[in-house]
Amino acid sequence: MSSTIVDSAAEFDVRDYLRKEMMPHFLCPGCGHGIALRALLWAIHELGIDKDKLAVVSGIGCAGRLSAYIDANTFHVTHGRPLAYATGLALARPDLHVVVITGDGDCLAIGGNHLIHACRRNLKLTCLMLNNEVYGMTGGQVSPTTSETRLTTTTPLGNAEPNFDACALAAAAGASFVGREVTHHVPKLKELIRAGLSHPGFAFVEVLSDCTEIFGRKNELGSSAEMVLRQKSELRPEAYRDTVDTPFRSNDLPTGVLTKTDRAEYGTAYRKAAAVQRAAKAAKSAAGISK
Amino acid sequence: MNAIDKAPAPGAALRLISGNHACALGAVAAGCRFFAGYPITPSSEVAERLSRLLPEVDGVFVQMEDEIASIAAVIGASMGGVKALTATSGPGFSLKQENIGYAAGAEIPCVIVNVMRGGPSTGMPTRPSQSDIMQSRWGSHGDYPMIVLAPASVREIYTETIRAFYLAETCRTPVVLLYDQVIAQLTETVELSDGENRAPAERKWASGPRETYRPYAADEDGIPAMSRPGAGYRVHTTGLTHGENGFPTQNPEAVARNLGRLFTKFERHREAIDSWETLGCEDADVVIVAIGISARAAMRAIDIARAKGLRLGLFRPITLWPFPEKALRDATAGAHAVLVPEMNAGQLRLEVERILGSQRVHGLHRYDGEAISPEEIAARAQALAREKTT
Repeated sequence: MSSTIVDSAAEFDVRDYLRKEMMPHFLCPGCGHGIALRALLWAIHELGIDKDKLAVVSGIGCAGRLSAYIDANTFHVTHGRPLAYATGLALARPDLHVVVITGDGDCLAIGGNHLIHACRRNLKLTCLMLNNEVYGMTGGQVSPTTSETRLTTTTPLGNAEPNFDACALAAAAGASFVGREVTHHVPKLKELIRAGLSHPGFAFVEVLSDCTEIFGRKNELGSSAEMVLRQKSELRPEAYRDTVDTPFRSNDLPTGVLTKTDRAEYGTAYRKAAAVQRAAKAAKSAAGISK
Repeated sequence: MNAIDKAPAPGAALRLISGNHACALGAVAAGCRFFAGYPITPSSEVAERLSRLLPEVDGVFVQMEDEIASIAAVIGASMGGVKALTATSGPGFSLKQENIGYAAGAEIPCVIVNVMRGGPSTGMPTRPSQSDIMQSRWGSHGDYPMIVLAPASVREIYTETIRAFYLAETCRTPVVLLYDQVIAQLTETVELSDGENRAPAERKWASGPRETYRPYAADEDGIPAMSRPGAGYRVHTTGLTHGENGFPTQNPEAVARNLGRLFTKFERHREAIDSWETLGCEDADVVIVAIGISARAAMRAIDIARAKGLRLGLFRPITLWPFPEKALRDATAGAHAVLVPEMNAGQLRLEVERILGSQRVHGLHRYDGEAISPEEIAARAQALAREKTT
């Protein structure tokens, strides 16, 4: 696997997948979302997905803005609803490869109902949730994934609400593919997204991203480089299980592919049942005519 | 003879069906191949019928997790190039409003059925109402154009559903099909053919090279050609204000140009959009303005009144929005009073007053979950006629 990573990195040019007329992008310096976008496009490149057949649906927020930069069929929809729009699009057009880009607020707060039902339904979609623990676009309010005690513009006393483990939520709701990765490890992230894109059902991929400008500044988390490095020290992703331990690992969050089950894909199952019914009806009417 | 009570053509295939059933059949006849909805009284039969009908024609039915997801999935399917429908009632219609605004702004064709029941809030789920007349036009935030059709019979629900798809596709807009619980669940014998034998509408699709295609640059008819995903155009669609290239912009000139076109884009299509019926308005002393089941009651009221020598007429908007203003002025030119019977506190009356001035316009309003009877309308009209003579 590692050899393909090296080979592909040499020939992958992200510019082939970006709308150059949209540059410069509007992400803040140090934001992790650009790393996640690059990893997504790299995975798309490796899988040889045709840009004309690629549909990217995104919601509202910093993550939601990413679709505009991708040279594909892109749909920037309403807050919290990209999974619902994508469900209609993917059901109506099974020939398209539909990817959803969403953020922690978009996906888990206002759009939480759509997430759990998309997990349950198991329609072929890849949902990339960029988790930066904050509503960045609106100025830095608390989100469903903000860690406890963190300061935001709406938790001046420190966040007193427990946060969601998005992957545990998706798995509990029945998602047939669940994975998590950090922006610190780009090839690993690309591999996870690639596995999600290749999955025949609903794939939920959480990317731990960093909001340096707003969340980091408010909580004095240092520069973007320090924040990304903290993913290595404070979190304990699978990738670092074998590295030398440090005394700072407060969040023992597993990464990599966390759930993968073989479950009937919804769209295929629906069309199959419909075809069986049509055939039965045709046979019945043919028998009626021959009488 | 009015359009509703017209006898079917000899030898026509007749069916005894409900209004909601007729809506489902009309949708399939119009080429609708996607439905997403959420159960709600009194519109659920539309969903139930389509869950059986759509798989038969290689279409897709999906019951979504909520009302918002239903309209979102419908817009998503339409963005993929498939004609799509959702059906709901008041509470669900409220929930759908933000995304109806998205469809209006991003110009995504779709049809939304709203079967009106008593409100506000949960109201009277099984009782009729006509209290979403204003919401159907103004329900979402911001300025946007909207087409709302208001059929008054089971047969008309069928033909107006077909016309709703025609207008949605050709004008690139959401279209609301608005009818009350009475005609939704009324069972009538109907002839199932589109009177005009109109072929299912085709959206104006982009053609020509990608380099010169601008997704929101309109032709002379005000309607931009849409690109089908997979056709090689790879465009961006957004609910943010956008320029002709489809990308977000806050440039005042670009915003004003695109929104200005959006607000006026129906003007060149009014011939296809406008639809109304007049009965006996030529010599009427009192003209009734009504939609849906209230218009049906008014038709009977005209017979009752005319038998007593009172000249009553009816103006019935079939396209409710944009309101057929000129036709209303013409139909009421000779009348000394205009009566608006409606199952709400005065919504249609407000629009009629806006057009005619309030002096001649009177309301007859019920909001108790009961339909207005022909006798009530006839009695009120008689009182108005008497006011003139005294």
